[in-house]
Amino acid sequence: MADASLGLWTVPLAVFGGAIRVSTPFLFVSLGECITERSGRINLGLEGTLVMGAMSAYGISYLSGSPWLGVLAAGITGALFGALHAGICSLPRVNDIAVGIALMLLGTGLAFFLGKPLIEPTAARLPAIDFGWWSDVPQLRAALRINVLFLIGVAIAPLLYWAFRTTRWGLLIRTAGESADAARAMGHSVLLIRLRATMVGGFLAGIGGSFLSLFYPGSWNEGLSSGQGITAVALVIFARWDPMLCLWASLAFGGAAALGPALQSVGVTSGYHLFNAAPYILTLAIMIITCSPKRTLTGAPAELSITR
Amino acid sequence: MDFGRISRRHLLQGSAALALGSTLGARGAAAAETTVGFIYVGSRDDYGYNQAHAQGAAAVKKLPGIKVVEEEKVPETDAVEKTIESMINLDGATLLFPTSFGYYNPHVVKMAAKFPKLHFEHCGGLWSDKDPKNAGSYFGYIDEAQFISGIVAGYSTKSGKLGFVAAKPIPQVLRNINAFTLGARLANPKATTQVIFTGDWSMPVKEAEATNSLIDQGVDVLTCHVDGPKTMVENAARRGAMVCGYHVNQSPLAPKAYLTGAEWNWEALYPKFVKMIVAGEAIPNFYRGGLKEEIVKVSPYGEMVSAEARKHADDVKAKFMSGEFAIFKGPIVDNKGKTVIAGGTDRGQQDPELEKMDYLVEGVIGATA
Repeated sequence: MADASLGLWTVPLAVFGGAIRVSTPFLFVSLGECITERSGRINLGLEGTLVMGAMSAYGISYLSGSPWLGVLAAGITGALFGALHAGICSLPRVNDIAVGIALMLLGTGLAFFLGKPLIEPTAARLPAIDFGWWSDVPQLRAALRINVLFLIGVAIAPLLYWAFRTTRWGLLIRTAGESADAARAMGHSVLLIRLRATMVGGFLAGIGGSFLSLFYPGSWNEGLSSGQGITAVALVIFARWDPMLCLWASLAFGGAAALGPALQSVGVTSGYHLFNAAPYILTLAIMIITCSPKRTLTGAPAELSITR
Repeated sequence: MDFGRISRRHLLQGSAALALGSTLGARGAAAAETTVGFIYVGSRDDYGYNQAHAQGAAAVKKLPGIKVVEEEKVPETDAVEKTIESMINLDGATLLFPTSFGYYNPHVVKMAAKFPKLHFEHCGGLWSDKDPKNAGSYFGYIDEAQFISGIVAGYSTKSGKLGFVAAKPIPQVLRNINAFTLGARLANPKATTQVIFTGDWSMPVKEAEATNSLIDQGVDVLTCHVDGPKTMVENAARRGAMVCGYHVNQSPLAPKAYLTGAEWNWEALYPKFVKMIVAGEAIPNFYRGGLKEEIVKVSPYGEMVSAEARKHADDVKAKFMSGEFAIFKGPIVDNKGKTVIAGGTDRGQQDPELEKMDYLVEGVIGATA
C-alpha cells in the first residue's frame, strides 16, 4: 500500500485492535470473578488484586529479567489476596462486599507503596506473536501483534463454560453458589470451595494485572489500572455470570475504550469526552435494558449477598 | 547507686530530660542550615512533571548548608496545607516549593499569610498583587523548547504528519501544541500536527491507544503534554515512530527513536532561588522565563536528527537566547481560517494575551472542544 494512511478505515481497525489490546485485563478479571461469584461470593477487591498483580509482575520481571516469572508472581500474589478475602469472609457475620472494598484499598495502596522504585526502570516485556505476517498493511499488522495472554484468556472462557456445565468441580462450585445447604448436605465444606474459587479468581485477576504492566500499555505507574478492575467486576453482572458472555463483554469494552482516540485521529473531534466515556455509557445502557423490577437477575447465583 | 530505689517517676524525668536535650541539640544544629521543602503532586520518579522538579530538588541538596525535605503524592486539597505546616513546624523549613498548579489558591496563599516570615515559591505563575508578598509564583515558557522540538520534528518526518497526545485543551497545552506546529512548519511548510486529547493528566491506556491511533494514521513523529510521557514514548518507539520528549529527557527509554525534547530546567533555577534567599535577596514575586533565563532547555539531539535540522534548530535557539525571537508573530491564522494574531503584531512571551489561548493554529488537526 503506497499511502501509509487508511483514512476512515482506521476507526474500525482501531476498535478491532483496541478490542484485542485493551480487553485482556477485563477478560481475566471478569473470568476470575465469574468463578468466585458462581461459588456464592463477591470479591470487589479485584481492583486491588489487579494493581498488585501489575506491580509484582513488573517488579519480578525487572529483577529476574523473565517476564513469564513476573506473570507467575502476579498470579501468586492474586491468589494470596484471594485467600485473604476468603479467609476473612469465612469468619461469621462478615460481609464480603465490605471486605472486598477494604482489600481494594489495601491492594492499591500497597502496590503504590511497594511500586515506588519501579516507576522509573524498564522491565522485560512479554513477547507478542505476529499474526499479521500475511498482510502488507502496517496498521493491520500492528493490530494483529497479539499477546499469548490474550489467547489464553480467550481459551479459558469456553473451557470454563464447559467446566461449569459438565465437570464435578463445576457442579460443586455452582452448588455452593446456589444453595450452601445442599452443598453441606452432600458432605462438602462450602467455605473450602469458596476459598478455592476466590483464590483461582484472584490468580486470574493478578495475571490480568501482569498484562497491563508487561504488555500494554507496558510499564508500571500509578494510573495504570484507573478502575479497570472494578469495571470488570461490574462486567460479570451484565455478562450474567456466563464465561462466554464475559469474553464478548470484555472485547466490547476494549473496543469501546479505543473508540475515543480513534475518532479523534480521523478528525471527529467534537464530543471526545463523550466517546471517552463510551465504555461506561455502554455499561449503563446494558444494565438499564436488562434490569427488571419484576424478577431477580437471571443467572445470578442464589447465595450472592446482592441477590439473597 | 541502688537501682532498686530508682522510682518510675525518676526514670521518666530522666528520660524526658534526655529526649529534650537531644531535640534541642538537633534544633540547634538545624538552625545553622536552611531547610527547603519540596512538595510534589505525583510520584517523584515518573519520567515527567514531578521528576523534573525532583531533579531541581536534587540540585539544591548539593548546596552546602542546605537541607532538603520532600513529600510526594500530596493532593491539591487541604492535604497540602498540612504538609506545609508539618514541614515548617517539624522540619524547620523556611523556604517551600509547592510545585503543583492547583496548590496555589487558596492553600499556598493561606499558608503564606499565616507564616509571613517564611518564603513560598509556587510553580504555575499565578501570583497577583493581592497575594501575600512572601509568596511567589514562577513558571517557564516551555513553548520555546517545544518550538525547537517542532523544527527538529519537521525535518525528521517522512510523512509530514506529526502527532500530539495532549491531556486537556487548556491554554498552556494549546500553546505547546501551537508552538510545536509553528516550529514544524518552519522546517516543512506542509507538515500537520494531529492532536488527540485524552481528557486527563494520567491515563496510560488512553495515551497508548492515542499513540497507536496516530501511528495508524501515518504519523511518524510524536510528542505529548501529559504528566508521564513514558507510555507514549515507549509505545511509539515500539511501533517504529520517532518521538520528542516532554518534562524531562526520556531518551533512556527509547534511545533510537528519541529526537529531542522540551525539558524543564529546574536544576538551574532552584539552586539560584535558594542562594538568593540565603543571601537575603528578594525573589521577584512573579518570575518567568524561557531558554534565555535557563528555566527550560532542549534535550540533546538524538542520532537520527540530520545536520540540517540541528543547524536550523541551533540558529533559532541562539535567537531565543538573545531574546529577539517571538514564536507568536502575526499574521497567525487558526485552523478554522480565522486570523487570531493580526499581521504586524508580535506577541512576545510575556504577553498576557497568550495566557488566554483558546485556538489551534493552521496546520493542527483537532479541535479545542
